[in-house]
Amino acid sequence: MTVELLLQTLLSGILIGLVYALVAIGLTLIFGVMDIVNFAHGEFLMFGMYAAFWGFAFWKLDPIVTLPLTALLLFAFGVVVYKLVIRRITDAPMLSQIFATFGLMILFRGLAQYLWKPDFRSVDHTIVAGKVVLGGLQFGLPQVVAAAGAVVTTAAVWAFLRYTRLGAALEATAADKEAAALMGIDAQRMFALAWGIGAACAGVAGALLATCYPIFPEVGSTFILVAFVLVALGGFGSVVGAFWAGILVGVVEVMGGFLWDPAYKMVLVLSLYLLVVWFRPQGLMGKA
Amino acid sequence: MRRGSTALALGGLAAALAFPLLATRVTWQNTAILMLMTAQLGVAWNILGGYAGQVSLGHAAFFGAGAYVSTILSMKLGISPWLGMGAGAVCAAGLGVLVGTPCFRLKGHYFAMATIAVGEIVQAVVNGSDALGGAVGFTLPLGETGFWGFVFNRSKLPYYYIALGLLLLTVGVNWLVNRSHVGYYLRAIKDEPDAARSLGVSLTRYKMIAMMLSAGLTAMGGTLYAQKELFIDPNSMLSTSLSIKIALVAILGGAGTLWGPVLGAVVFTGIEELTRVAFGGTGRGTDLVVHGALLVLIAVYQPSGVMGLFTRRTPPAVPPPEPEAEFP
Repeated sequence: MTVELLLQTLLSGILIGLVYALVAIGLTLIFGVMDIVNFAHGEFLMFGMYAAFWGFAFWKLDPIVTLPLTALLLFAFGVVVYKLVIRRITDAPMLSQIFATFGLMILFRGLAQYLWKPDFRSVDHTIVAGKVVLGGLQFGLPQVVAAAGAVVTTAAVWAFLRYTRLGAALEATAADKEAAALMGIDAQRMFALAWGIGAACAGVAGALLATCYPIFPEVGSTFILVAFVLVALGGFGSVVGAFWAGILVGVVEVMGGFLWDPAYKMVLVLSLYLLVVWFRPQGLMGKA
Repeated sequence: MRRGSTALALGGLAAALAFPLLATRVTWQNTAILMLMTAQLGVAWNILGGYAGQVSLGHAAFFGAGAYVSTILSMKLGISPWLGMGAGAVCAAGLGVLVGTPCFRLKGHYFAMATIAVGEIVQAVVNGSDALGGAVGFTLPLGETGFWGFVFNRSKLPYYYIALGLLLLTVGVNWLVNRSHVGYYLRAIKDEPDAARSLGVSLTRYKMIAMMLSAGLTAMGGTLYAQKELFIDPNSMLSTSLSIKIALVAILGGAGTLWGPVLGAVVFTGIEELTRVAFGGTGRGTDLVVHGALLVLIAVYQPSGVMGLFTRRTPPAVPPPEPEAEFP
């Protein structure tokens, strides 16, 4: 009985951790390619959730059905944000970069409140409603689908970086901007691509979460802290690192809440992170 | 100091002293107090974030430490908040050492992220602890009013002058640090850490000095806030958005300059208050839209901060990109 409960908790942790990882992957990709921490990343997720919600509210389309469209929309949005704002601060000091993306965060939250009011909204019926029963264990189908979607997307991004010419160009820019430029890789295009993919990942995560999570203008703040932790824990810029860190953090969070006290689950996660970077400042899989 | 800047400083001081006597509307005085308090936090942050270049995004933990220590001492033991202010500063400096020990091993973004984590841990712990008031926080009793009790309910003026005094103290510490050998070491640590180390400068030791000063002064601001608002809770005292705001104020004005954070606080608080008065109250976030858009515009078009408008010779933190080679 206790073993089942423990297993249930463990697997729930892995499920949520996989979605955390998907949010963090976009963030770590942007950081890896251009050394900018995007404080507005949670708002990309928020916009993804709203895109899914409005598709459902207007056309009765399921968030899972509109997911590819949401990803495309967010890709375009990420590129636009890059072209309009980020492009101008590429070489600015770290301090003004923080300033700019933090301003974007406030702006996007304000926009969402202005356009869609601060109400909590939810997608009240979806094709993924229901439960998955596995022996004595039970999981919500939306959570399982979200986790599966996160794994597929993460794998796709990883394969794109590893096996395509464009992905290799992106990695080359991340490794050495000047050398990549000498090989004829247009850094500006790569930066725009990183913002597009980063935002699209957050958009996919948003669409997946829309099936099982309330949607409101500040929803990004719930996920951004964990995403930051994953990026730093996994190693800034490491997609694989963020993935494993996501699973680790999801398990620690859910297990901590279960075994100790839900109020302190984040304390546990953050302490684990500080402990790891104390001994391994570059994160689990970051390059020193 | 050159004669021109001395005159400017004296003129500014006279204007600051006279302001609340001329502007008698309570809303103006309140905004001015808010500006002074925000400026003080920005200047305190500047010692660590500006001079030493260690970008902390967890300073709310120190702000909260000051507020909570003085409040608990006065509520449980009846100790005057003035003494509590000192005790809070000492506690925050101690907390600073605790934070610095793991975090100073990290650089740049890694350091910033770790300080966010520290701030969030402190907030979560206070939130979950009944002895520290939990999520509800404390409402300070209206006990002894007057100077020693640090509660003034007849007029805002005492808070104004205390805030001004605290700001001047903080600027004074900043100025002393900047002039002393510590200041030179801190700038060396920021610009050329490896060179500084090779010359025998203990990086950790001087970063720690900056951290303790910065944390202690920030805590004093926290005590003042608690005594002025007479209400503290984790959300208003310890949130990461407060930490980021403290950093933004300094960055907006010009991190690493003596008066930049003061200017930044005036501009930042001004923008915040104006947009709230002009567009707030609708509950539709128009004020946030304008506020956010202004921040983005400033970051894009004035990356060295508002001080950059006045001092043309502010050296950029990174060398400007080399002009692209043109082949004839």
